[in-house]
Amino acid sequence: MKSEEILSKQLFEPATIDPSKGEEITKPTLSYWQDAWLRIRKNVGAIIGIILLVTLIFFALVGPYMTPYDSFEQDLSRAKLPPKIPVLENISWLHLDGTIQFTKDQPRIDVYEQKGIEEYFWFGTDGLGRDLWTRTWEGTRISLFIALVAALIDMVIGVAYGGISAYYGGRVDNVMQRIVEILYGIPFLVVVILFMLILNPGILSIILAMTVVGWLGMSRVVRGQILKLKNQEFVLASKTLGAKDSKIIIKHLLPNITGVIIVNTMFTIPGAIFGEAFLSFIGLGLPAPMASLGTLIEDGFKSLQIFPHMILFPAIVISVIMIAFNLVADGLRDALDPKMRD
Amino acid sequence: MSKQKLLEINNLKQHFEISRGNVVKAVDGISFDVYKGETFGLVGESGCGKSTTGRTIIRLYNATDGNIIYDGVDVHDKKSKKDLKMFNQKMQMIFQDPYASLNPRMKVSDIIAEGIDIHGLASSKEERMDRVIELLETVGLNKEHANRYPHEFSGGQRQRIGIARALAVKPEFIIADEPISALDVSIQAQVINLLKKLQKEKKLTYLFIAHDLSMVKYISDRIGVMYQGKIVELAESDELYSNPIHPYTKSLLSAIPLPDPEHERTRKRIIYDPSQHQYNNSEEASLREVKPGHFVYCSENEYKRYKAENQ
Repeated sequence: MKSEEILSKQLFEPATIDPSKGEEITKPTLSYWQDAWLRIRKNVGAIIGIILLVTLIFFALVGPYMTPYDSFEQDLSRAKLPPKIPVLENISWLHLDGTIQFTKDQPRIDVYEQKGIEEYFWFGTDGLGRDLWTRTWEGTRISLFIALVAALIDMVIGVAYGGISAYYGGRVDNVMQRIVEILYGIPFLVVVILFMLILNPGILSIILAMTVVGWLGMSRVVRGQILKLKNQEFVLASKTLGAKDSKIIIKHLLPNITGVIIVNTMFTIPGAIFGEAFLSFIGLGLPAPMASLGTLIEDGFKSLQIFPHMILFPAIVISVIMIAFNLVADGLRDALDPKMRD
Repeated sequence: MSKQKLLEINNLKQHFEISRGNVVKAVDGISFDVYKGETFGLVGESGCGKSTTGRTIIRLYNATDGNIIYDGVDVHDKKSKKDLKMFNQKMQMIFQDPYASLNPRMKVSDIIAEGIDIHGLASSKEERMDRVIELLETVGLNKEHANRYPHEFSGGQRQRIGIARALAVKPEFIIADEPISALDVSIQAQVINLLKKLQKEKKLTYLFIAHDLSMVKYISDRIGVMYQGKIVELAESDELYSNPIHPYTKSLLSAIPLPDPEHERTRKRIIYDPSQHQYNNSEEASLREVKPGHFVYCSENEYKRYKAENQ
């Protein structure tokens, strides 16, 4: 009884319900790319990868111009110099002071002093006296170029092939997939080696050799995605509205697989860099005076035990590139395709 | 009847060849008419061919056999692009899954305006936007929603966006393919009432496909019951519910739960056994008019029996 006295009717007031409030969305609208950026920003690995990549690309573009030497300039009087970097030369355990130690019990020799060379060769020189700093960054540039172009070509062919195969389906799909299976059956190395033997060695032939079978993976991924999408109701809705095939592909299908395409391409690039290095290493790469990371590693490998610096720097660069691309690709996959994780 | 036939379906068949020699008869010779301004409900269990019927009518599939005549013209032998466009504008569809029926990468305004763009219904950007806002308001949304992406909306809101997209081309006939089965009950009523309101305002004709019997009864004027690719019973909705003749319809109706414990305690499920018909090769089963406007799929013998029972 008492509670009724305390809670009298006058204390209450009917709430006004505004039905339009129920439809309100207060969250700011985010496009697909803004959303992806928010997610990738939180991914430490991907950010490290992006920073590494930007740094590497910066050096690949600018590095060769930071020294007075060009990459073909030979001078046997300064051959096989160990690395010597100003400032860092003072840190003794780094041994970036132009000294070299041939066997354990011998003292370190300062090669620069011995040969009377005043200049600094930051990464040292190779057997023909060419500056390795210049050659490493020029090699990085060429390796990146080859990988990017190869990955782009793979992407274009793969998307077109997989897309057509899945979208038209039926007999078209059947025939196209049998062709892919046959191509899959041929060992990659055999195709590439035959290609390199027929064509003159050079950037173009390396790219061609790698793209002959490189697009297969992309085409399969794209086919799977399109098969999944083409019977989705929003595609059917577009059909009932009378949209043409081209419009359906461009407006409905492609935008929904861009994430997958980008991620796949990002994973192809390190593969292509490695492929190029591998071809160069087995002697099927770029012709002599040109430098790529692969040819530099092959050169350095010959005198690995005496002059380890020759292989060290290109090897570090290629490893960092591969790690950076994989980190970024991983981050992109999580950011662009959040459903793929579960 | 004074009513005008808008859609006439004659002996429609839709068979899918899964592999060589393995044919699925999704729709196997059905015939019905839809009159102008009415709602024709199509019910049946999952996989009985309801959705396939709807999709074949709107030409998402090419019919195996039979014809679909819309407004006096056969839908499936359209040839010129212009005629096709006209047809696409007159007949539209609302889909089942509000999450799959909107392209996640397009803004709501572009989704709704897709039909406007395809059919060139707006001469300028402003006109296009005005039309989109008008459509959003028709379905109870507002212009703030135009620049948002589908994932920001709830299921009911998405379904209404789907309805707005269908309405954008000013259709006469809408196929609603289980438009409410993916929504929760409170939202179902909202969407159904919206459909009813639109029908009144825009003089639309609906083909309403569903498996929720009470909803179908609420919205439909006439109902066709489908079973394994065939229409087994067709009647006005009140007649069908109060006086089911075909054993499958009886079984289907016996499955409706009522919020009445008294009734629920005594409700008996009738199990339908298709072998009870025992059709011989000599007697062909077909849709026969047992009562005026009440058709049942039966053989000659059954027809006589049904007729006697329903005098």
